[in-house]
Amino acid sequence: MTAQPMIELRDVQKYYGTYHALRGINTEIRQGEFFSLLGPSGCGKTTLLRTIAGFEEPSSGVLIIDGKDMDGVPANVRPTNMVFQSYAIFPHLSVAENVGFGLRRERLAKDEMARQVGAALEMVGLKGYGDRAAHALSGGQRQRVALARALILKPKVLLLDEPLSALDKKMREQMQMELRRLQRQVGITFILVTHDQEEALIMSDRIAVMFEGQIAQLASPQQLYRRPVSRKVAEFIGIMNFMPAEVKAVGATIQLEVIGLGQVAIPAEQCPGGAKVGPASVGFRPETVTILYEGDQSKARTVPGVVEEVEYFGDMTYYVVKLQGVDKPVSISMRNLVGRKVLERGDKTVIAWEEGSLVLFC
Amino acid sequence: MKVGGLRIYAICYLLFLYAPIALLPIFAFNDAKIIAFPLSGFTTKWFVELTHQPELGKALKTSLFIAVCASILSTILGMFAARASTRYAFPGKGAIIGLIMLPLVLPDVIMAISLLVVILQVASFLGFDNPLTVWTVIMGHVLVCTPFTIAILNSSFLTLDRSLEEAAIDLGETKFSTFRLITLPLVLPGVISALLISFTISIDEFITSFFLTGSNPTLPVYIFSQFRFPAKVPAMMALGSLLVLSSILLLAIAEYFRRRGVKRQGGKDTGGFL
Repeated sequence: MTAQPMIELRDVQKYYGTYHALRGINTEIRQGEFFSLLGPSGCGKTTLLRTIAGFEEPSSGVLIIDGKDMDGVPANVRPTNMVFQSYAIFPHLSVAENVGFGLRRERLAKDEMARQVGAALEMVGLKGYGDRAAHALSGGQRQRVALARALILKPKVLLLDEPLSALDKKMREQMQMELRRLQRQVGITFILVTHDQEEALIMSDRIAVMFEGQIAQLASPQQLYRRPVSRKVAEFIGIMNFMPAEVKAVGATIQLEVIGLGQVAIPAEQCPGGAKVGPASVGFRPETVTILYEGDQSKARTVPGVVEEVEYFGDMTYYVVKLQGVDKPVSISMRNLVGRKVLERGDKTVIAWEEGSLVLFC
Repeated sequence: MKVGGLRIYAICYLLFLYAPIALLPIFAFNDAKIIAFPLSGFTTKWFVELTHQPELGKALKTSLFIAVCASILSTILGMFAARASTRYAFPGKGAIIGLIMLPLVLPDVIMAISLLVVILQVASFLGFDNPLTVWTVIMGHVLVCTPFTIAILNSSFLTLDRSLEEAAIDLGETKFSTFRLITLPLVLPGVISALLISFTISIDEFITSFFLTGSNPTLPVYIFSQFRFPAKVPAMMALGSLLVLSSILLLAIAEYFRRRGVKRQGGKDTGGFL
């Protein structure tokens, strides 16, 4: 891994009038990584992407791309290219003219131009589409043309602004895989803006979760899912159950009392946000606890409960279970393995849990 | 039938609107000096007579020159205003656009008189003797036409996806080359229809021309002056018929380009002039 980051952001601020869109972004994006900006709408993720592209100027702060300060460098000479949310395919040009648009300035010979455009189209799986009119393409094809048009210039960084949001579910899943494959193939740094946490988890090397103009957590998908730093991040990524708790002592291990679960001791790494003595909450993912069927008794710690709701998804079943001594029912997911019975509403059950699945939020 | 009354109303409405215009060609081909029924026979001599009026030719030339200049100027100004109003937010935007559009509803007479006063004052201050030329008429016409060109071009710029321009810049083009390569081709149909419509408006604009014209009358002003002589009236009917014909032709061309533009961008047609 090279020492120098591809993109460096130092205390980047952006105001629109009195609205504070970016509140001090400090981060580094590595060469060749698939980086996602994830957050709800209005969190500043698109503003940050457009700032990197050069369409927005930061109100203050420093943006360095490939070792060069981008202050005063206009969008058209930055080593970045963008795939727009609307794809922005030029409707009056053919597919080949769209893809070759950025090469116009290089004044290539006709056959060299045709060769490069052909190669770019082949890379995105649109071989032979060059002569088609751009406005006659389907959504997925437009997406591919936009990708080819941006990648043909061999940018240092490819910026993707919610590129999959306009596609239907099947197409979206296919494009997620293809984008990932394409990124590995060309080795360019990809920065993806998305509000879809699943999409970010599937595609990214690292994810920056943004809320209200700030990066709340920057981590790998696994880290983000397993060890969210705050309840807000935990709620945004997947499903998490929260239970009220009281931190008794903080040391090498953290001693706490969880309502319904009793006395628990967890290592400090299970409290990534930092621990302090006092009231807190504990979270766990639905798949980290297990429903104990008759005869199972391997697990050390158990809580009795009653099934309140059952949602059957085919491969999985989601249960809403009221645990003894806990006010708020919790969500538990179980794989529907062969021979495993799907419980019904009102069934009495026992769930098993482990200390290792808990995350503490103070 | 329930809608019978409304249907009759609609037919009467169209009749009152277009019957007088239909009279123009009827009397243009009528072999009589007096404009009255009954008709007294078919002739084309009034059209021939038009060719014997050198003053008419001169007025037509003046009008065409004014219309070409006024339509080009007002379309260029309209492009600036439409782009600014659809792309940027700036303080006082509503008021500025409102003031530009005001001539649409302001009586022409008021505009013409105030322009005349201003021009005469400025000219006497600068020491010009005959300030009223074709250029003063062009200025007046630009003022009248620009609101129309803005209205047409606004819809062109509104249907233009903003990220298209950003994409071109992102791919290495400058702001100027982006305008030339992307913006202009995509709003071109709107530009053409703005040109044609402002041309038609300019060519039959009477009031501003009447006040601001100098020794070179425009066609409508010339026609008006001819009505003092009863013998000239049938020839004016012939001229009027030709003007109606060319107006319809120009509007049809303008609408054709507007529709083609909508189709080209894959948009849905949401009404126009025709």
